[in-house]
Amino acid sequence: MCLQALLPRPAPHASFIQEGSALRSVSVDLNNDASLLIDIPDALCERDKVKFTVHTKTTLSSFQKPEFSVPRQHEDFIWLHDTLVETEDYAGLIIPPAPPKPDFESPREKMHKLGEGEATMTKEEYTKMKQELEAEYLAVFKKTVQVHEVFLQRLSSHPVLSKDRNFQIFLEYDQDLSVRRKNAKEMFGGFFKNMVKSADEVLIAGVKEVDDFFEQEKTFLLDYFSKIKEATAKAEKMTRSHKNIADDYIRLSATLNSLSAEESTNYYIIKFCLKLFQNFLRVCLKKVEGRVASDEELKLTELLRYYMRDIQAAKDLLYRRARALADYENSNKALDKARLKGKDVSQAEEHQKRCLQKFDTLSESGKKELTNFKARRVVAFRKNLVEMAELEVKHAKNNMTLLQGCIELLSGN
Amino acid sequence: MASSSERSPPPFPDTEDQDVLDSEEVGGRDSDEDDGEELFMSASNTPLTKQDTPTSPDSQASDLMEDLSVGPPSSQTEKSAASSSPEEFVDLTNNLESRVAAESSSPEPSDEFFDILGSETQKVEVEASVKADSGEASSGGPDLPGEKTGSSSAAPIINLDNDVQPPRIGGKVIDPLAQILGDTPAADPKKPSSAVVDLFEDDGSDIFTGAPQSKASSRPEKGLFGEPDEDLFGGPLGAMSKKTTENEGKSGTAKAAGPTFSKPTEPADIFTEEAAATTVPRTSNTVNSKANGVHSEEDLFTEATVELSLDSPRSSRKNEETSKPSASSSSSSLSAPARQAKPPPAALEELEDEEEAELEDKFDVLVSVKDPEKVGDGMNAYMAYKVSTETTLPMFRNKLFTVRRRFSDFLGLYEKLSEKHGPNGLIVPPPPEKSILGMTKVKVGKEDSSSADFVERRRGALERYLQRVVNHPLLLQDPDVREFLEKDELPRAVSTQTLSGAGFLKMINKATDAVSKMTIKMNESDAWFEEKLQEVESADQHFRKLHALVESLVVHRKELSLNTANFAKSAAMLGSAEDNTALSRALSQLAEVEDKIEQLHQDQAAYDTFSFAELIADYIRLLGAVRGSFDHRIKAWQRWQDAQAMLQKKRETEAKLLWANKPDKLQQAKDEIVEWEARVTQFERDFERVSATVRKEVLRFEKQRTKNFKRQITKYLELLLQSQQQLIKYWEAFLPEAKAIA
Repeated sequence: MCLQALLPRPAPHASFIQEGSALRSVSVDLNNDASLLIDIPDALCERDKVKFTVHTKTTLSSFQKPEFSVPRQHEDFIWLHDTLVETEDYAGLIIPPAPPKPDFESPREKMHKLGEGEATMTKEEYTKMKQELEAEYLAVFKKTVQVHEVFLQRLSSHPVLSKDRNFQIFLEYDQDLSVRRKNAKEMFGGFFKNMVKSADEVLIAGVKEVDDFFEQEKTFLLDYFSKIKEATAKAEKMTRSHKNIADDYIRLSATLNSLSAEESTNYYIIKFCLKLFQNFLRVCLKKVEGRVASDEELKLTELLRYYMRDIQAAKDLLYRRARALADYENSNKALDKARLKGKDVSQAEEHQKRCLQKFDTLSESGKKELTNFKARRVVAFRKNLVEMAELEVKHAKNNMTLLQGCIELLSGN
Repeated sequence: MASSSERSPPPFPDTEDQDVLDSEEVGGRDSDEDDGEELFMSASNTPLTKQDTPTSPDSQASDLMEDLSVGPPSSQTEKSAASSSPEEFVDLTNNLESRVAAESSSPEPSDEFFDILGSETQKVEVEASVKADSGEASSGGPDLPGEKTGSSSAAPIINLDNDVQPPRIGGKVIDPLAQILGDTPAADPKKPSSAVVDLFEDDGSDIFTGAPQSKASSRPEKGLFGEPDEDLFGGPLGAMSKKTTENEGKSGTAKAAGPTFSKPTEPADIFTEEAAATTVPRTSNTVNSKANGVHSEEDLFTEATVELSLDSPRSSRKNEETSKPSASSSSSSLSAPARQAKPPPAALEELEDEEEAELEDKFDVLVSVKDPEKVGDGMNAYMAYKVSTETTLPMFRNKLFTVRRRFSDFLGLYEKLSEKHGPNGLIVPPPPEKSILGMTKVKVGKEDSSSADFVERRRGALERYLQRVVNHPLLLQDPDVREFLEKDELPRAVSTQTLSGAGFLKMINKATDAVSKMTIKMNESDAWFEEKLQEVESADQHFRKLHALVESLVVHRKELSLNTANFAKSAAMLGSAEDNTALSRALSQLAEVEDKIEQLHQDQAAYDTFSFAELIADYIRLLGAVRGSFDHRIKAWQRWQDAQAMLQKKRETEAKLLWANKPDKLQQAKDEIVEWEARVTQFERDFERVSATVRKEVLRFEKQRTKNFKRQITKYLELLLQSQQQLIKYWEAFLPEAKAIA
């Protein structure tokens, strides 16, 4: 598949950098600190791998140079995310969700299908479908770049995470990071850990909450998560059916096109059919517009999806805190037991103190993070909803003018 | 010849028999005004029959041979006619000038004529149009004697409109003329090319039974020529006069032509009135009055005209073709020439008129199918519809009436109509197909949306089907249609049941038809038909594809509407879960907007279905009907060919008998030949008639399709526009809510 040819060259890219920055300001805490600016100006798709060029501009002294670019792969991002999650010190923070794996499967598959079905289609139809697919591919590509960028930007804007050593290495090390991919055992381990975690979550759910704030947050987040998950799924479906319709329109206009070409042999109908065709070409343009509209729905879907993951991260934070709480209570019990037995009391006391301390730090930073998260979410929703509504209005208006033109043309003759 | 063969009314056998009879009694037949081809056919045949008796077998045989040899040219002619007719059509619609020019190209009539003789009609036409301007004033034919002019001026018209005659003429200038003049063919063979004037005079008197005598005396040749000409070419003339009045510049030519041809013309009047009632009232009136003075038939014609104008051009055409309706019956055989003489250009004219009429959307009959209602229970249940008719036509007893019909009644009507009119080449609008699946759903009584959708779709299709039937001028006149619309109780249409014996028979018939269709290899002599058939077939394919696409569009749209509804629900849920009040509000607002949009999508899906998918489905059905009419034409052709083969065989037998010198059987063989000749003639005429009808019907169909499509597409686009406007409204209302999030 010669999709490399479609890779964004500077020109198309410029446009989505803007979009990216727009999105950044939404989904990421506003951080006007220009000490660390990160973006991904370019990306290259080679087979299954996508190579992102991560460009950094900084005034921080911890970096050797004020400006540099490094090539990074998706796996490197995952590695960065995992190391952050595993760092004990960051337990009280909401670790920005890792970007999803680039998925070019669906456009690729479609492209493949299209190639197979080439014989059954008319030429115009084929070219149109191909263009459409290319556009879709490009959109997916842009989206992928964007989510990776957002991940880094959120890290850079976080007061604690931006100081992380691994993060700085990720940004600065100009060689290939050559992170080892997770092997099967680790994959399984991760899966197992997840299992244990969810079982643990159930277990510690019985632990009595000491802080109302966290109690509320927990119920809210759980509720919100399930809702937003559903909404995301529904929005995805909606977007997909919108796209189906756009595809239908393309095929329709291609068929009409060939029909009018056919009928042009007929004296009576020449003029009319040409008109018809013209109109439908326009209507089809409108449908391309419609596709754009559905792209804009991606704004909504994408927002929902992102916050779904973000909430997952927040939930993880809550889990870690709850875990710490449970640990603390367990250590309390152990202390009691030790006191009763009069054995290892100081050790137990030590442990209990540590647990309490850990829990307190977690609670404190968690509280801050969650409040931040809330504000961030509201701002992001506002921004995206406004943008979406504006775009919808814009598209509908465009369509209207097109349609009006069509009708005038039709009734004029 | 194909083009001018509208003459024969439905009870064909009768008229044809009559024709045959007529051709034998030469002198004073009034009904000899069969149109051009018929004329020449009978003309060419009559000599034979006439000579049969007096001449010896030998000479007869040679005649026969001649006749045979004439055969092939005729097919050629047909071809040229066919190929020329589209051009005519173009002429008519596009550049009237060339048409007029062709008409007025009489100055060099002899040239043309010889060209024609060479059977290069097209060339003649080209020539004619080239000579466009030169011929303006020459209707008087300065150098040439009256007959010449007459003949010459007649000739181009023939080329243009009737196409048939000139080549048929073979080598004799007079022959065609004589034929044209009114098939007093007896004279032709005897007087080859001499004493033309005499001939014509004789013919004239014969034809007109002395009515135009005074005229004839004043301008003998012209008058004579004029009358037959008008008879034959009245239509085109009418058309022309209309055109010319429109084009001031050309009016001179028209007038020049006028006196020569259309002065005493009533048929022309009819057409002029039809075609250009308003545009040329003066001329037509004067002509009318003149005609009144001269002709005895004119009363009949005026009657006919009145009828026609009442019934609007379409029904008038119907009148012309079927002799059933009052107009034609009153005009009796005299009006025959009028009907017959109407060549396709006139038909095209009419089409245009029709369009004009329909542009105003003035239907004389408005049919609506309403209130589908389930009658009965279980598998015996059926849907009954209320069929309301609103009409201004006097042929109906009331202005407004309603009957209840069930679906099979609609099918039954179609069966009857297609049986009656299909073989004549009419495109009978097909009803929606039986749908066992859809109907079973309805029968089982599931009140879900799909069965309601099905019923509504079917109702719409039935309504359009009926409207198409009554819009067809010929079908409207059919007693079965009237019965269907008016009568309270209809006998149950049994044959439409799929599983009945009749249904089974029908299936077998269809199968045999399909087989014969495959086996009949028609060497298409008419490029027009070939082209059209191809066009229709490819259009059919495209429309099928289009239909499938639109259907999938509808499916996807419905999916979208469902998904939007789901999203709206979960957005509302999300809104309720949200703890930021403003955001929560905005989310529930978003849910509302999505809800409304869902409704929009649903409506849009309905539009897609009803104004787009159904439109296409209709046309797929109609295209099937068009193909059916083509098949009928091929069948007619096959009959003709078979008869010709038979005739050939008979002749061979006769020759053998002659050789063997068996006079006793010879007479029988001769009789058989005569019989088969008549049959060949009849079948050929049938074929031509069917061809002409098919052609006209196809043109009509195309015209209507174009118009209908335009209307529907406009409507569809308007609906789309509306929904877009709604969309804008919704989102704009949402915008402040989104902005209010803090």
